[in-house]
Amino acid sequence: MTDIVLPDALRDVELVRSIRTPARLDYRFTAGEATSRFLRGIAEKRILGERCSVCGKVMLPPRGSCPTDGVPTTEQVELPDRGVVTTFCVVNVKFSGSAMELPYVCATIVPDGGDMGLFGLVQEIPFDQIRMGLRVEAVWVDDDELKPDLASIKWWKPTGEPDADYESYREHV
Amino acid sequence: MSEARILSAPLVLEYPFSRTVGAVQGAFLTGLREGMVLGVRGADGRVICPPVEYDPVTSDELTELVDLPATGTVTTWSWEPEPRPGQPLDRPFAWALVQIDGADTGLLHAVDAGSPDAMRTGMPVQVRWSDEREGSITDIACFEPVEGES
Repeated sequence: MTDIVLPDALRDVELVRSIRTPARLDYRFTAGEATSRFLRGIAEKRILGERCSVCGKVMLPPRGSCPTDGVPTTEQVELPDRGVVTTFCVVNVKFSGSAMELPYVCATIVPDGGDMGLFGLVQEIPFDQIRMGLRVEAVWVDDDELKPDLASIKWWKPTGEPDADYESYREHV
Repeated sequence: MSEARILSAPLVLEYPFSRTVGAVQGAFLTGLREGMVLGVRGADGRVICPPVEYDPVTSDELTELVDLPATGTVTTWSWEPEPRPGQPLDRPFAWALVQIDGADTGLLHAVDAGSPDAMRTGMPVQVRWSDEREGSITDIACFEPVEGES
């Protein structure tokens, strides 16, 4: 540490070594019509995507239009609450406010028939056995706790099925 | 359906960062906690407040902290008519560069002047200390006009 010369009055006091500098952004998130429909479905344990009439892809969560073709998505498609882990991240750093035991895994899960992934936790399997292609199904909160919020899916757990072939989900990675 | 068609909810993003401050900023913040304003002596003898670790011209390491008074002069300012949460004051105030007496550079802080009509470049101001000080720039609650001068 640099040898600094302090005024006499500060020679015997404890020096400040660190400061807290929280960064906080207060938003109000407005979901829009398509995402509101999706979230209302979640409150009923249903996963509702919307299909593009041009490319045929099923958007999830739907934003009301196809990001590729720019057309409104009007056809609602109900997807099963099971799918495939396309990519994942092992979290080794504790975040304040998180009760999760380390390490844990966040993953992108593409439900069967969907063309985009949902972000979620993968549990009920050792973290070092989680892999791309793992087949998983949603574990929902108790029915009386269901809300129009993706937190209604507590996490995803392995189905026990054989892994999905890479070719089947390579477009979604 | 009785509920609104479009869902909307509060969304807060917060990163609880903390960081170490080093010897020079640490001394400055310690000074604030103790009710003192410190600058640092530059290579050419100028006093820089708030202090920096390296000379802005020569890049020399700076080590001599200088005790300054809690008074200064507004060198430039901008009125804040609608303060946001987390800003120094919850009523309209001025953001100002305050050149602390005896220093040669400006310190950015709030001036509680009440009205932009009460603000001017060159006005004398003094520190209003926070009731509870912990070693943070917010230990200076704000600056306020020096009574009887204008």
